[in-house]
Amino acid sequence: MSDHVQMWEELGLDVELHEKVLASIGASYETIIASQKNRPEGMQYFDTVIHESHGGRVREILDAKSEGRKMLGTFCIYVPDEIAMAASAIPVALCGGTSFSIPYAETMFPRDICPLVKSTLGLSFSKTCPYGPIKDMAVGETTCDAKKKTWDILAQKINFHVLEIPQKKTDMGRELWLSEVRAFRHRVEELTGNAIEREALADAIKLMNRKRRLLADMNEFRKAPRPPISGRDALVVMQGALNDDPARICDRLEMLNAELADRLERGVSPFPDDAVRVLVAGCPSVMGNWKIHHIIESSGGMVVCDESCTGSRYFTHYVDENGSTVDEQLAALADRYFKIDCSCFTPNTERVENVVGLATEYGADAVIQYILQYCHTYNIEAIRVNGALEKAGIPSITIESDYGEEDEGQLRTRVEALLESVRC
Amino acid sequence: MHGNNGTSAVGIDIGSRMTKIVRVSGNGITDSEIFETGHDPLDLIQKTASSFGDEAVVATGYGRRLVRAHLPCSVVTEIRACARGARYIDPDCVAVIDIGGQDSKAIELKGDGGFGRFEMNDRCAAGTGRFLEVMAGTLGYTIDTFGSEALLADSPATINSMCTVFAESEIISMLARGEDRRRIALSLHVAVARRVAAMASRLYSSGRALFVGGVANNPCIGASLIEELGNGIIVPERPELTVALGAALIGLDNGHPDD
Repeated sequence: MSDHVQMWEELGLDVELHEKVLASIGASYETIIASQKNRPEGMQYFDTVIHESHGGRVREILDAKSEGRKMLGTFCIYVPDEIAMAASAIPVALCGGTSFSIPYAETMFPRDICPLVKSTLGLSFSKTCPYGPIKDMAVGETTCDAKKKTWDILAQKINFHVLEIPQKKTDMGRELWLSEVRAFRHRVEELTGNAIEREALADAIKLMNRKRRLLADMNEFRKAPRPPISGRDALVVMQGALNDDPARICDRLEMLNAELADRLERGVSPFPDDAVRVLVAGCPSVMGNWKIHHIIESSGGMVVCDESCTGSRYFTHYVDENGSTVDEQLAALADRYFKIDCSCFTPNTERVENVVGLATEYGADAVIQYILQYCHTYNIEAIRVNGALEKAGIPSITIESDYGEEDEGQLRTRVEALLESVRC
Repeated sequence: MHGNNGTSAVGIDIGSRMTKIVRVSGNGITDSEIFETGHDPLDLIQKTASSFGDEAVVATGYGRRLVRAHLPCSVVTEIRACARGARYIDPDCVAVIDIGGQDSKAIELKGDGGFGRFEMNDRCAAGTGRFLEVMAGTLGYTIDTFGSEALLADSPATINSMCTVFAESEIISMLARGEDRRRIALSLHVAVARRVAAMASRLYSSGRALFVGGVANNPCIGASLIEELGNGIIVPERPELTVALGAALIGLDNGHPDD
């Protein structure tokens, strides 16, 4: 990666700290992901996506920028990427999954906000996020209080657009959301200087649908009695999908899925026969955070499904491709994104039902609700989800944790005990 | 299963404060040993291990992986071991509450001998033996007399903080105001019991629950739990051995695959 040093220097990064961080994340990646036995060969590409997320991918975006394209930094899967793509802009998810950056955020922000927000801010404050200096606009949203108020502060310094996410799935909520989608279109057009045309938007919709379909196909393999791909690798694929060029990753996903089909047929799996099937529900595990999957899969479990923004929430539901005008297409986009069952909604009954549905669909023996510390909406919703799981006879535990490693021993005890209770 | 004479088994429970070793045969506990876990528990365990014969060894507790790396044994979580031990001591109990050095837990026991739901304290020390130990020190009591002294108070003082750090400074200012230290002691015990009772009450509503772990030797916590959860709280003899006992029994169970 040292060939990127000059670029990082030019971007104003703290190169020394940045190198240390990359080395430390690289070491965790080696221990947790790369050292797994019997991985699909197709994972090599996704390893590269993670490794080059601060290098090659940044360079590629800089090259695109020199041709007049714009980069959008996003923090939520509620942002309709299609609109950015139709205006030749490049949307990249910038949520932080590393613990090292958290103290940098805590110099200014309260400690009791979630690690994802703190990690993201800390990457920026510590000058270790190469996307910070190159993005032309950041796109926030109103999913939670920590994010909302953080945007107020960031918007004083950088070009910022906030999408208002309604809190109720009513007709009024949908109207508000549709007008937000329309406003986003105008903001993107203004930023890029490109008018969004029906054909370009249709292409973007098709491409994103293709990506969702391929991710759904990849997840389909995890329903097998002995899945051909580990939960850790499936998570890496999801994390890569939020960073990489969509058309390129689609091609790679197609290759990976073909390999998975072959592995399934030949009975090749990274898991032992007696691994307990676990569904992880709740908060996302963004790039740099492999903690809960690692604990589960090194304790005799296998993660067979992720009910999260780095899982089913990202790829479930498609955008209708038949819109004949930009207005119709925007309405179709609004409809699809409005189906996302984020815990910021009240009441969020569909998510409670979806968790139980996915557990059944993926044959999960147990559910682990993974809550990022101080994520109040998922944490409180866990009570309802737990009640529904109990009713369905599916054992579950709820884990609230941040990115640090100090609670790993205790989490292991809980996870192992859950797996024991399934086995005994 | 390593070693497996089928007639006796050893359970090793490496807790955060104390390590407990129990040998069982078909007739119950035949031998037990307790020592401080300290900074090098492995050294002491290996010395004891020289006395192990051809018997199953099962390690549990925080240091279980450490033992497995150095000694032929199998490993179970302290939750499963605790459930097994509690079930042996009282076949009819419906739940077990375990307060140890750095964590507290409540486990639901199922009719078939297995365990169901369980709750554990989060990563802070509130509601654990360590909390009581620090508070006893602040009040000038030894951990052995802390509970009995607290029971002599007529009523608890009002204390707001359950954080080990904040509670300590709160106690110091209470002492400075001339508050009776037994009343402070009682309030701390009640606070711990309430926190643990809240976990337990999510798991069972009637029937007997065993109260085990080193903290079960503290009479004031037991009395406060009865206050919170009713008369079904039973403290067995040698409650601190329950988890090691359970681990040994699992070793014995596994030694008889046909059972």
